Amino acid sequence: MAFILSEDQQMLRDTAMAFARDELPVSHLRGLRDKDANGVDADTRSKLAELGFFGVLVPEEYDGVGLGMVAMGQIMEAQGRTIAATPLLQTAVLGTSIIVLGGSEAQKAAWLPKIASGDITVAVAVDEGTHHAPRNIATEAERNGQGYTLNGAKRFVADGHHADVFIIVARTFGEAGQAHGISLFIVPKDTQGLSVQALNTVDSHGAAHLHLDDVAVSEDNVIGAVDAGWEILDPALDRGRIALAAEALGSAQAAFDMTLEYLQTRKQFGQLIGSFQGLQHRAAKMFTELELTRSCIGAALSGVDENRNDTAELASLAKARASDLIHLVSNETVQFHGGIGMTDDHDSGLYMKRARVQEAQLGGASFHRDRYAKLNGF
Amino acid sequence: MAFDAPEELDDFRNEVRDWLEENCPASMRTPMKDDEIVWGGRREAFKNPDSKVWLERMGEKGWTAPEWPAEYGGGGLNKAQARVLQQELRRIKARPALFSFGLWMFGPALLEFGNEAQKKRFIPDIVKGKTRWCQGYSEPGAGSDLAGLQTKCEDKGDHWLINGQKVWTSYADQADWIFCLVRTDKSVKHDGISFLVFDMQTEGVEARPIKLISGSSPFCETFFTDVKVPKDQLVGKLNAGWTIAKRLLQFERSSISAGGFGGTGGSGILPPQEYAKQHVGVDETGRVSDGDLRARITDHLMYASAFKLTVQRSTEQAKAGQEVGHTASIMKYAAAKMNQDKCELIVEALGTDGLGWSGDGFAEDAKKATRSWLRSKGNSIEGGTSEINLNVIAKRVLGLREHQ
Repeated sequence: MAFILSEDQQMLRDTAMAFARDELPVSHLRGLRDKDANGVDADTRSKLAELGFFGVLVPEEYDGVGLGMVAMGQIMEAQGRTIAATPLLQTAVLGTSIIVLGGSEAQKAAWLPKIASGDITVAVAVDEGTHHAPRNIATEAERNGQGYTLNGAKRFVADGHHADVFIIVARTFGEAGQAHGISLFIVPKDTQGLSVQALNTVDSHGAAHLHLDDVAVSEDNVIGAVDAGWEILDPALDRGRIALAAEALGSAQAAFDMTLEYLQTRKQFGQLIGSFQGLQHRAAKMFTELELTRSCIGAALSGVDENRNDTAELASLAKARASDLIHLVSNETVQFHGGIGMTDDHDSGLYMKRARVQEAQLGGASFHRDRYAKLNGF
Repeated sequence: MAFDAPEELDDFRNEVRDWLEENCPASMRTPMKDDEIVWGGRREAFKNPDSKVWLERMGEKGWTAPEWPAEYGGGGLNKAQARVLQQELRRIKARPALFSFGLWMFGPALLEFGNEAQKKRFIPDIVKGKTRWCQGYSEPGAGSDLAGLQTKCEDKGDHWLINGQKVWTSYADQADWIFCLVRTDKSVKHDGISFLVFDMQTEGVEARPIKLISGSSPFCETFFTDVKVPKDQLVGKLNAGWTIAKRLLQFERSSISAGGFGGTGGSGILPPQEYAKQHVGVDETGRVSDGDLRARITDHLMYASAFKLTVQRSTEQAKAGQEVGHTASIMKYAAAKMNQDKCELIVEALGTDGLGWSGDGFAEDAKKATRSWLRSKGNSIEGGTSEINLNVIAKRVLGLREHQ
């Protein structure tokens, strides 16, 4: 377990933190919201590409930098600090991981360089219900002469409203709930039969429902072995969960810092409110949770890079604790700020809105507690 | 600090390995039994004779205190060597040769604040386990507000005269010597405290065990009536004892959070999920059938993992020369919560089997779990209450102000 960043990782962290602070402050998201951009931000996308952030998990032979998850985690934490809307989780982590872990040589050569350069963004479409349940796949992929025909629907796909390419999780065998029979399909956005319904979400990042109506997919666009997509999807989802946990950690730390500053400036009864023990103890407990959770995320990130065999457990640990952390800290941020925290002018509410999306995506605390308990045999 | 070249460290490792092979008795490589823990001192009975041999050999090398200076009987090892020694001890699953407040608390403070004569006089016997120390801090009127202590110490020219009472003195009835905070100036609070050491056999010292809700009595009330203490047994300067006291509390809190808690259960108690599986049962998918209990146990296990990983992170950061003071300060609070939650979940999972006290009607591990649960309530009180720890985090780490 490596908790200390290498020189490269530290440099990337510094770059990402400075970028988030200078180019993507919370006011940037506020601006996007106020002009109804729904989280779509071409300008930021090209800046991220220039910085090379899309290629952090892409191996060097496919034009990426191959720095690994610890490095990616630093970028995710940085964008979490300012609750920035970027395609990194879906494109640079989930989509990239699926192709790296399960793609054929031809698929890797076709897609990874384009991802690394920022030419295309990817959205992985998994869930069909309102709660994360990656085995509950009912979307059907039926074998036909030239390939497969997909029918079904996907809900609340992050970046679905602006992604160039989708990776659709569909069923080639068995019933919803089973791991066996799940397969993965690459579907470009303008494929006939695929319709995208953009959603205006509470966090102003946007998302989309997808409808698949006789969508034809060629054999070349199946990732990995048919029916065995779960073997690729599950570890890829874990990388996404860990990255999202890192993002939530960044948000929690920033909201906490903002709250701490308020405690040290706001006066009532002639006193700084930070001198009241009722608030001090709650702040101290939040800080404790932050530190404990930071260790879990550090361990999970480096667990992936070290190829540890308990990565699934570490991913659920990180995501469950990060979800609980951001839930606690975002609520307390509003409460500590009092009336000002209830106003749209203040950033508290933006953190709380984004928090709920971070919690729900890729499994909330209860999903991951259940998974962790199962992995531990009870 | 001199860094060893990797090959020198390898040589050291081989040396340690050979020495342990030859010197660590076979029974000292088996899991520790609760009644075979060695605390040393005049009263030590060495229930297992091998433990005496093991302590003598380790003490001779100074490896009970690997990083203390060799001139005072310590191991004189640098950090890298000490780490190698720990790794090799762990590798053969060697029992700790000595449990000691001298090693964990008093020794480190004395090395920092004591004079040369005091270090020469006391440190070697701590290393060898010849003197067992106890800590005279809390008083009936000075618990969380420790600096409010009132045990009186008067300068009588050729000696100090002590009158007063301490409470929660761990193992005072077993200890040979005490390190003790006393009041040498009543007109000021923190700046009127001094740090004294004396023999528990001195006339006028009396220790009475206190029976706890768990039935055990690790603590005592300790009374001092006209106790005469030689002048050279003052550590540090007169009225400057609070600085030493605070430093020593840091050693205490880190040794508590490193796992030295009362109520951690000892051997034989299973983790909560095992009792839940046995006593609550599982459904057809293997899940504990009480979903609420299952979720709370999982939450606890995750907290425990987070705790362990934070200890690792903090150790790595310290090795890399990064500031970790802020991490250390949260660990005492977190350790107390973690252990108490675990004890509660075990008793809850045991159901009525967790509600026994004594006799054949209850299994040994269940009775132990019940006693541990009761004992664990002290975790958030001893060594600084959780509320005091939260105050410390708020003020020293987060920089929040004192209420005016």
